[in-house]
Amino acid sequence: MRDVAVVGFAQRQMKDFDGSPSMAELLVPILAECYEQTGWTKKDIGFWCSGSSDYLAGRSFSFVSAIDAIGVLPPVNESHVEMDAAWALYEAWVKIQTGEVDTALVFGFGKASAGVLRRTLSMQLDPYTMTPLWPDTVSLAALQARLGLDAGLWDETALADVVNRSLTDAEKNEYAVRAGGSSVSELLARPMFADPLRKHDCAPVTDGAAAIVLAAGDRAYDANQRPAWITGIAHSSDGLHLGTRDLTISGSAQRAAAAVGGTAGVQVAELHAPFSHQELVLRSALGLGDDVQINPSGGALAANPMFSAGAIRIGEAAKRIWDGSADKVLGHATSGPALQQNLVCVMEAQENGSGK
Amino acid sequence: MSRTLQAPVTVAFDYTRSTGPVIGRFLTGLRDTTIVGGRLGDGRVAVPPPEYDPVTHQAVTEFVELPDTGTVTSWTWVSEPVAGQPFERPFAYALITIDGADTPWLHAVDVASPDDIETGMRVRARWAEERTGSVNDLVFEADGGDQPGTPAPAGGEDVSRIVTPVSLDYHYAASPEESSFFRGLAEGKILGQRCPKCQKVYVPPRGACPTDGVPTAEEIELSHVGTVTTFCVVNVPFLGQKIKPPYVSAYVLLDGADIALQHLILDIPADEVRMGMRVEAVWKPRDEWGTSIENISHFAPTGEPDADFDSYKHHL
Repeated sequence: MRDVAVVGFAQRQMKDFDGSPSMAELLVPILAECYEQTGWTKKDIGFWCSGSSDYLAGRSFSFVSAIDAIGVLPPVNESHVEMDAAWALYEAWVKIQTGEVDTALVFGFGKASAGVLRRTLSMQLDPYTMTPLWPDTVSLAALQARLGLDAGLWDETALADVVNRSLTDAEKNEYAVRAGGSSVSELLARPMFADPLRKHDCAPVTDGAAAIVLAAGDRAYDANQRPAWITGIAHSSDGLHLGTRDLTISGSAQRAAAAVGGTAGVQVAELHAPFSHQELVLRSALGLGDDVQINPSGGALAANPMFSAGAIRIGEAAKRIWDGSADKVLGHATSGPALQQNLVCVMEAQENGSGK
Repeated sequence: MSRTLQAPVTVAFDYTRSTGPVIGRFLTGLRDTTIVGGRLGDGRVAVPPPEYDPVTHQAVTEFVELPDTGTVTSWTWVSEPVAGQPFERPFAYALITIDGADTPWLHAVDVASPDDIETGMRVRARWAEERTGSVNDLVFEADGGDQPGTPAPAGGEDVSRIVTPVSLDYHYAASPEESSFFRGLAEGKILGQRCPKCQKVYVPPRGACPTDGVPTAEEIELSHVGTVTTFCVVNVPFLGQKIKPPYVSAYVLLDGADIALQHLILDIPADEVRMGMRVEAVWKPRDEWGTSIENISHFAPTGEPDADFDSYKHHL
């Protein structure tokens, strides 16, 4: 395996982006920031991969418009996934493993505010038995939350604890669209939105975009003095049918964690949990103990731009390696209803086996 | 004034899907007021039946007819329903384990308030009078008391396909650069912008020059006269077509621009349109203008001699 590191990361998150749904004009400064961090130009990038969805944009081929932001004459080596950019990162990592390229830039973007997000997300469900009922994504998460409440796996206080910690940490995140901790009792006094979930248990609708730069071997040191080496990356999916999954656990997250060799030694984990109870499901599935710092960025409860929030978790975790505050971190991304698909990316200050 | 021009857009499509034998069996059952489950590899019964066992991946081939009663396994209250959901007023979604089944089914329960539903509650299907073989052929309600009997099965051929209308509403925004183009049209101007790197003039202007990846900037007011670089004769009728075929859709390279604009060529028989033909914009009456490219009705021949191929060969 080639040693591959995260060496650049830029993001923008906001409540309401006043611009086009293909977001080329938002991606231009994000890519510029990546060039500035790495000292590279677009000629240094061997492969490009983006994550987005036309259902979110409300127009066809929005990802084709978005690549205007790269500047694609002469043509570039480029691909796209209809998933969070974390999966675009996975594709780029595989591309680098093939030896075809040494560097990659992945990005994701989405203007969720253009439509009714929780309704638009019904498009990702089984089209025969679910979509005709238009189950919104918040309702599906609420059904999952109650299963855990009824089973005694968590209680409302535990959910409020997650929210309070996330929104307190979000005060330090300039991109948070929801921030400001209060207290568990104050949170629990707020009204239900999708019983048993309150609005603060659900990630805010967020517009945004993000980009991550990957590099192999010595190219990584070109771009970053302390690269975040990817020492394990894997993703897994649970089945299409909600009823045949045990929603109180996450089999796919467990399998992804097992595939990267477990999470022992992880000091900081950025978990993509768009609903408060899902953080608890993930902590358990990924085997993260109480000594692991969770979501110092505030996580998805503070800002959750579709198609980049997962990649942002990887970028936020990588920053902890870059600044020397951690030696082993984990970034996680989710996609699909009620944590159906999960990706785990473990990053370390030292390359596999060697270390420099 | 907002940085961008915005307008509501509805994107709608009726998805037609074949059901296959397993989903077809399930939906035929619903049409005939019977809930059909499928037996999984470990003996459990799943409703709806999956086509393949989620663990063994073996095809599901054994079906079980079940009663139309069950138990709420989990529920949530939809305080603000969205379009298309089973009720326009607040209602409950629930995971319902049908009697005789082992896995829960997502469906809607018609109760008046969240106080009227709880985990463990008994529910019963309320069937629609007219059923088509769809999960919308029923909703659930609290079991007990006086309830109408089950309607007679509709019968007929097995359900082999379903049509699911999907309609999504958006608030669509043009980019800031495109917005300046549309605002210009409202004043009878065709505005382009120059890329600061390659110096090309784009019309409409762009948030990012596709060659250089930087926003176009310097505004250029363009001529209303240009050259047809390429065109096609539209012979195929389609939904929403406003002009009777055959007619011509063309790329028009306005004088001073580097990127052609797509528009209609009218006032000339379709078979006489040619590459290099000089054309000019024909504007609608001013009182019909909005912030739209439709302010220009079409382009029509100017009568000038055709442009040399060399003058537009780099713009094809």
